[in-house]
Amino acid sequence: MSETPDILRVNQLRISFQLQRGALDVVRGVSFRVPLGKTVALVGESGSGKTVISQAIMGLLPKAGSISGGQILFDDPLKVDGGEPVDIARLPRDGREIRHLRGGRIGMIFQEPMSSLSPVHTIGNQIEEALRLHRPIKAGEGRSITEAMLEMVGFKNPHRAYRQYAFELSGGLRQRAMLAMALICHPALLIADEPTTALDVTIQAQVLNLMRSLQSDLGMSILLITHDLGVVANMADEVVVIYHGEIMEAGSANDIFRHPQHPYLKALLAALPHFDMKPGERLTALRDTSGDLAPVMTSRRQTLAEQTSTAQPSTPILAVNNLRKTYPGKRSGILGKRAERVVAVSDVSFEIKRGECLGLVGESGSGKTSIGKLIMRAIKADSGSVVFNNGSGPVDVLALHGPAGRRFRTAIQMIFQDPVSSLSPRMTVLNIIREPLEIHNQGSPSEQTARVADLMSAVGLDRRFLNRYPHSFSGGQRQRIGIARALALDPELIICDEPVSALDVSVQAQVLNLLKDLQRELGLTYLFISHNLAVVDYIAQRIAVLANGRIVEIAPRGVLFRSPAHSYTQALLKAVPFPDLDHPLDFTSVALRGASNPKNWAPQFQDEGDPASLTPIDLGQGHIVLARATIDRKELVA
Amino acid sequence: MLRYLIRRFMIMIPTLFFTSAIIFTVINLSPTDYFSNYVAELQAQGEKADMSRVEFLKREYGFDKPPVERYFLWVGGLLHGDYGYSFEYQLPVKDVVGDRLYLTILVSFSTILFTWLIAFPIGIYSATHQYSWADYGLTTLGLLGLAIPHFLLALLFMYFANVWFGLSIGGLMDPQYLNASMSWGKVRSVLAHVWIPVLIIGTAGTGAMIRTVRANLLEELQKQYVTTARAKGLHPFRILIKYPLRLAMNFFISDIGSILPSVVSGAELVAIVLSLQTTGPLLIHALQTQDMYLAGSFLMFLATLTIVGVLISDIALAFLDPRIRLQGGAR
Repeated sequence: MSETPDILRVNQLRISFQLQRGALDVVRGVSFRVPLGKTVALVGESGSGKTVISQAIMGLLPKAGSISGGQILFDDPLKVDGGEPVDIARLPRDGREIRHLRGGRIGMIFQEPMSSLSPVHTIGNQIEEALRLHRPIKAGEGRSITEAMLEMVGFKNPHRAYRQYAFELSGGLRQRAMLAMALICHPALLIADEPTTALDVTIQAQVLNLMRSLQSDLGMSILLITHDLGVVANMADEVVVIYHGEIMEAGSANDIFRHPQHPYLKALLAALPHFDMKPGERLTALRDTSGDLAPVMTSRRQTLAEQTSTAQPSTPILAVNNLRKTYPGKRSGILGKRAERVVAVSDVSFEIKRGECLGLVGESGSGKTSIGKLIMRAIKADSGSVVFNNGSGPVDVLALHGPAGRRFRTAIQMIFQDPVSSLSPRMTVLNIIREPLEIHNQGSPSEQTARVADLMSAVGLDRRFLNRYPHSFSGGQRQRIGIARALALDPELIICDEPVSALDVSVQAQVLNLLKDLQRELGLTYLFISHNLAVVDYIAQRIAVLANGRIVEIAPRGVLFRSPAHSYTQALLKAVPFPDLDHPLDFTSVALRGASNPKNWAPQFQDEGDPASLTPIDLGQGHIVLARATIDRKELVA
Repeated sequence: MLRYLIRRFMIMIPTLFFTSAIIFTVINLSPTDYFSNYVAELQAQGEKADMSRVEFLKREYGFDKPPVERYFLWVGGLLHGDYGYSFEYQLPVKDVVGDRLYLTILVSFSTILFTWLIAFPIGIYSATHQYSWADYGLTTLGLLGLAIPHFLLALLFMYFANVWFGLSIGGLMDPQYLNASMSWGKVRSVLAHVWIPVLIIGTAGTGAMIRTVRANLLEELQKQYVTTARAKGLHPFRILIKYPLRLAMNFFISDIGSILPSVVSGAELVAIVLSLQTTGPLLIHALQTQDMYLAGSFLMFLATLTIVGVLISDIALAFLDPRIRLQGGAR
């Protein structure tokens, strides 16, 4: 592979952070290279040091961090005299040379496209600024070059986009604007730090596709930093796996995926949920911690025994019928009329059987979180009904109030997405988990404390941690605390709203396994909300696909993944990147315009302005798809 | 935007109406009034009060009418610029306040300017050099300024100016210009005197401003868009000016609303200690003697300024921050 020159060469790089308790080595002797025009992926969990390396290459290390050894050699292909490569590690912080490289020869995009752009400057202003810094531009030229770049990254109306603000754009468009800013000076190297992690899967596919086509157009190299092996398999020519600041394994994508050598890499691949898992197959978490369910089981068994004597197995525990929720629209323009109400949830009906896990899949803005909140009665429904039946007769959830409403609260609990903000930083773990018991006056204080301790062991945490505060726990441990809190009141149904999307792959496997064990042992029922199809596939028995507030398809997991009927489900499945070189993303067929836009669906799924013209059609085996009533069923199966 | 402005103006009307009602009620809640105080005081000194004059004034200003009617007379007067009559000074309120208002505005604006000129550079330096020795030193200095009460500082200044230099630093001009008409000599005298109250009143404001500038800027400096700007290759100073400082200005603009009333009321205690010819001491005296039209109209003036100030800062915010202009506020 010596025929392609290396544009970037990192030799024995060491980075340490000056902390109060002394220096901490974050990167310990890392060496890798980025060949000209190729993509190298830097893979690792959070805390592995991969982001710090990218910051060092850009000279953007935080003040506490410094390069304590090694070289970062950047060999600019545009160098006129063909001189020596620049050692970025030696350049003074924020000096003239490094500022010339930043933005000019090395571009960078970040994970959070919202916070990466200034909220009070137009995107045109911010992109053109990068251009003016590095190229002598005549007065009138800047705007037209910027607009051309905006068009290149896929803005349909670059003239208008120039004057828009970041908050007026969707997540995908913001990331495109960031790309335009990073690439406007045609850098030799693009550093992309988790560029698609915050995006929906179809948008992710679009952005990845855009990065690939820009790479071939502009002939640049890409250093891709990510924890998503699916993205790596579809983008990278070479892969560098990093763990705790050291390189575990490096090589071509082919070697890495087909013949993983290092146990860490093997474990990382095994921790990832994938679609062709056999029923009952378990993910292997990197560091498995199993809980002790025995103490919680005794109390749970009693309730279960009481219920099974009265409940008919056929009645669903939760039946949602024609649920609808709208929000007031935004006013447009200066004196514009208020827009029509935005429909968040429209005519949604589904049932969850006792002991089942129903997955609810959709992109951001599809209304999946609203449904969870409606069932919890955190927001008020416009119309429809939610019927809960734990064996003692059906209860209309939306009509409950007073003491009955209070009692009902114990039956459904919730696990939230963000393990950081969903736990109060001012309460100890004991108080956090005990709070629901106190609110509902369950047991004496000593009984409550005992129950909290049992719950801690049930989720695999040490009982001695009870007096600690949430900040002393890792993300995965915090999510376990959230799960323990949800279990405290012995609920029947737990609504899991994206419980693992903020977690690393290895931790994600732990939490998913824990949720599975709890469900099996305690006979729990889950409504599992997620945008990650592979995760839903692993944990759910049936899956409902949500688009624009309506359930477009609902089916047992095997059926949905084998023979998806709806155009949207098909597009969604096609956009999932597999960590497998034999299943590359089909970038050409990826719906390059919004997959959730009904205009891009097959005609039998379009409502043509009348939402009532679509009805759920049963395809057998519990496979239901939303289509026009007049359509023949055979057409749908084909 | 236009609709937003119109709505904001419409809301001002009931707000002012309620404020005036509250001011009037509070002043009238007292069982005594200016006249009974006046008569009692004269009688205490063994003099005979001119009851016919008191009766005349009472009738003239409607004190024989029910309070509700009197309220509307007062508000009606306010609406066409008649602020009422000061019984204490036996002059229309307008003439009593007169000159003092200009002097107050002069002192206050100089103070604000002084505060900004000192506090902004220090706050910015502190934030960009967080935890350096200079940061610690400057923040401590600001804290000291914040902690020492104005009037104490004024007393100290006066004492040491007298002991060390034999100077009397009170007042805003040399005594011979006090009731003189405007002249170059008077202007020079005012300018020579004004810096002392500015320094004294400005100390605390500077201390507070340093802290807010530093805290707000520190928060903005950690934001991701700063890293983006650095990744573009922008010079650190230009980044500071264009991005974080611009966003840190929001707090500052929303603060304008509270600046306006303090511009007019002035720092009362310092003004009394230094015997400044500003409006602060006047207001306090009017409240003490229950000179109700002077006090009431003055308070009403302050309330109006507060409301106008808030309006100005809201409009300025909407102009400067597209998020408010295009999303929330203009709804």
